[in-house]
Amino acid sequence: MPAFLTYGFIQRAFLAGVFIAVACAVLGLFLILRKDAMIGHGLAHIAFAGVALGLFLNVLPLAAALVVAVAAAVAIIKLKDRAGLYGDTAIGIFSSLGLAVGILLASMARGFNVELMSYLFGDILAIEPLEVGLAVALAAAVLLTVRMNYAKLLYMTFDRESARAAGVKVGRLDVLLMVLTAVTIVLGMKVVGILLVAALIVIPAAAGLQVAASFRMAVRTSITVAVVSVGAGLGLSLALNIPASAAIVIFCFLAFGIFSLLKKGRGSADRRK
Amino acid sequence: MDLIVLRDVSFRYDGTPALVDIDLTIREGDFLAIIGPNGSGKTTLVKVALGLLEPSAGSVEVFGKPLGEFSDWRKIGYVPQKATHIDPFFPASVEEVVGMALMSNRKPRARSGREGRGEILRALDEVGMADYGKWAIGRLSGGQQQRVFIARALVTSPRILFLDEPTTGVDAETQGSFYDMLDRLNSREGLTIVLVTHDIGIVNKHVTSVACLNQRLVYHGSHEDFCRSAVFRDMVSRGDHLIAHEH
Repeated sequence: MPAFLTYGFIQRAFLAGVFIAVACAVLGLFLILRKDAMIGHGLAHIAFAGVALGLFLNVLPLAAALVVAVAAAVAIIKLKDRAGLYGDTAIGIFSSLGLAVGILLASMARGFNVELMSYLFGDILAIEPLEVGLAVALAAAVLLTVRMNYAKLLYMTFDRESARAAGVKVGRLDVLLMVLTAVTIVLGMKVVGILLVAALIVIPAAAGLQVAASFRMAVRTSITVAVVSVGAGLGLSLALNIPASAAIVIFCFLAFGIFSLLKKGRGSADRRK
Repeated sequence: MDLIVLRDVSFRYDGTPALVDIDLTIREGDFLAIIGPNGSGKTTLVKVALGLLEPSAGSVEVFGKPLGEFSDWRKIGYVPQKATHIDPFFPASVEEVVGMALMSNRKPRARSGREGRGEILRALDEVGMADYGKWAIGRLSGGQQQRVFIARALVTSPRILFLDEPTTGVDAETQGSFYDMLDRLNSREGLTIVLVTHDIGIVNKHVTSVACLNQRLVYHGSHEDFCRSAVFRDMVSRGDHLIAHEH
């Protein structure tokens, strides 16, 4: 084993990063196919308000962000249903409000301190053992919940009306999916930061969708892209002393580019046949 | 046995009546066509019967239970009107599409990969699509997709199958074999079929009973009586968007 992998902080970063990346990749597929990809950005902005609230009240920022993001996810669904708003409108309203509240709280807590910056830009190498435990447990809970509801989520995503006619409670699953996304976004903040966490939701899933002929294949490809990007990003960050969050997202994008080219190449080959 | 009973059912879309005082009973073994002009409430009737829309008045009974208390949805198969209007890039294989309905109705622990796959393949075989299990759904033609959606509706071994204009946009030859398949399912397997259609050729050749809607139920009875009825003559003389194909 390379010597640097024996360091506790690197092991913690890798462990938390992998679990969170897998949760992001799986949820991202459902969100993109439901045309809800922007929910990641929206909930990340809202989570910023939660982090600022946690720092302001001197409670664990991750826990405060979790509560705020989950409440906002449910509120977005309700607003969309009851006020007849399109998905993006409700997300736009809540994400702007989240950012505004976050800025206000940060200002009242005497500005943007170092800890708040670590949530904005991510600092996975500084992740604490408690945060690793929380991240692994919650990411595992997210994945288990998706596994248990996999067929229903897929049915609802593919054909909502038929799923309803088959007795699938689509309203409950909408809320469940949003809550899981909120939890995952909050966990992802520590890996790549509030500003980039949506990338972890969207890009690996988008890469998987480029080449998949089945949903199972899309899941496997997305997870592979996410995990490899976290590993490669961490490695590059350590080797070149660059921010891990940016390196992870750039690796995600490179994978997306490669899979897009593969799809294009396959399309050209099919046309020639 | 009465599978679906609608009693005095009315439904309004934003105040506009779509169904008025409908009394309709669907019995086991029926091959029922629901016909009527555009906007007559055919699709609305099916959606109310399936619990997708809540009636403004009246009640719906499914397999002897009020709709709100019914939970065994495996007994009902449904192929919606725009089933083939799917996202062509959706990454789902044919087996996954059929499996959605099967696995959604099972507890996670009850899932057995081999057993489930066997049921999926049987359903695909039933509609002549067994060789396409690994294909992406978006690569199939409209007619092939429609067969896959029928397989999805059949995979839970339902006792009643609702089809809402299932062959719209499908070529005549495929339509012929499609309705022959429905005939076989109805006569040999005893599957009750409710078919929303505009096609009087299908009504003449395949169904055993007819429900004619124009917001109200203007006729419900056997196909033979329907062809002799004043309702049928009126519809034909008005040219109520009925088409006549030979299948």
